[in-house]
Amino acid sequence: MALRHEPPSGAALPAPGGVLHRRPRLRLGLLLGPPLLWLGVLYLGSLAALFITSLWSVDAFGGNIERIWTLDNYRDLFTLDVYRTITVRTLLTAAAVTVIDAVLAFPIALYMAKVASPRLQRLLVIAVLTPLWASYLVKAYAWRGMFATGGPLDSVGLSPGYGVTATVLTLSYLWLPYMILPMYAGLERLPSSLLEASADLGAPTRTTMRRVVLPVLLPAAVAGSIFTFSLTLGDYIAVKIVGGANQMLGNVVYDSFLTGNNMPFAAAVATIPVAVMLLYLTAVRRTGALDSL
Amino acid sequence: MSLSRTTRAVLLAFSALVLLFIYAPLALVVLNSFNTSRTFAWPPPDLTTQWWSAALENPGARNAIVVSLEVALMATAVALLLGTMAALALQRFRFFGRDTVSLLIVLPIALPGVVTGIALANAFLTMFGIQLGLFSLVVSHATFCMVTVFNNAIARLRRLGGNLEEASMDLGAGTFRTFWSVTLPMMRSALLAGALLSFALSFDEIIVTTFTAGSGVQTLPIWIYQNLFRPNQAPVVNVVAAALIVLSVIPIWLSQKLAGTDESVAAAR
Repeated sequence: MALRHEPPSGAALPAPGGVLHRRPRLRLGLLLGPPLLWLGVLYLGSLAALFITSLWSVDAFGGNIERIWTLDNYRDLFTLDVYRTITVRTLLTAAAVTVIDAVLAFPIALYMAKVASPRLQRLLVIAVLTPLWASYLVKAYAWRGMFATGGPLDSVGLSPGYGVTATVLTLSYLWLPYMILPMYAGLERLPSSLLEASADLGAPTRTTMRRVVLPVLLPAAVAGSIFTFSLTLGDYIAVKIVGGANQMLGNVVYDSFLTGNNMPFAAAVATIPVAVMLLYLTAVRRTGALDSL
Repeated sequence: MSLSRTTRAVLLAFSALVLLFIYAPLALVVLNSFNTSRTFAWPPPDLTTQWWSAALENPGARNAIVVSLEVALMATAVALLLGTMAALALQRFRFFGRDTVSLLIVLPIALPGVVTGIALANAFLTMFGIQLGLFSLVVSHATFCMVTVFNNAIARLRRLGGNLEEASMDLGAGTFRTFWSVTLPMMRSALLAGALLSFALSFDEIIVTTFTAGSGVQTLPIWIYQNLFRPNQAPVVNVVAAALIVLSVIPIWLSQKLAGTDESVAAAR
């Protein structure tokens, strides 16, 4: 055909949309620019600046930052017993929370994915999701009431009182949906016919669990553990509410920042959870769990 | 269903226990908001609604609610814009570093809250010389709210594919016209769901907030936290907590209506 239909606006002056249409790179740049500027420059820049600040110090009187390079903050962090104790306590708490959540999440995730009827399945997903969006603070506060002297758990002699145990339980409670959801999503993708095939071939339930369910469950559990681990490392409010006088790394960060007016030391402490998470992410990368995030 | 009858019964019993574990503490807060005892004696000696009326007239709580609503609205507006742009860029284009960008969007919620909080506070104070306040608070909230909008938007875009947009372009509509008349209407409910979840996330956030809000701005979680340990405020704090539990049903219910179960599962992660 010799005749070509020209859009009316294209004849005199190209419309801006037309220019964009012919230049996908420009379109991509305009779309990606602002979010990338925000996250790549502002957020990553802040993280880099935080690390640099951790290599500075404060003067002894006013808490003003002195821009002199020093490793003193890290030396204090690794040599003073109090910080080592707090670091170990925080890591152990994160590990305990992750294990408890995995143990609690497995049966309900399996039930939701493979046993419940579609209607019940939908209801259960909502039942698990709803408390996820209930206020974090309110949930921690709720456990303060549960563990209180003279409270419901205490009245049956089951309250551990405010302390590390209460903190572990409260944090397990707070992050439980983050473990249930990836496990449920993983198990839902597992075809039921595989379970049937395993049973038809004579495998007892235990063998089916170990050989069919577990290989699907493990990457999902690892995906969930990234959240339970990271959220525990970054938390300092729950331990204030139910942990008695115990401290976690987050408390040290916050107290150095606000009460101590020592931003460089707070920055140095904050690099521990980042380092731990980076190590953790690298370690689990090989399991393929990151793809299911 | 090839799991044995016993296995299924055990799973059911265990699931019921986990649900009890999830809901018992929340039920206690709601029940205690009617407890006549100021110290929440267990079991409650009697029930009353006096704390609810006291809480309604509490000026501190009312101001804090207004501040929280403002912050959540502004942060959500920014997150909605940037999250949608990022989702369109990542779903409709293939480019070098695409995986890195998607990791970057998740990073503010993947890294521990204290890290994001102290990093942004440090950036505002020492890099930009901006005092902490409403502005720094909204910026920090928008940073981690972006991912909820992004997750919802990209899940929808993935499902839609690009056929209708190509058809629109072939029929002579430009980039903006196509976005406005084709892409946006199809994404609307997913964006609304993402915005709702982002709003809820911002409204509830406390850890980053304690770092970037400064001393002059009091959001509702900050108000609760500051009054949590004051015995004479205990009944009012408890009523606010109970009200928040009841209200938290709204965003999840709405987002279920809007986006369906699968996408709200994706959004929660």
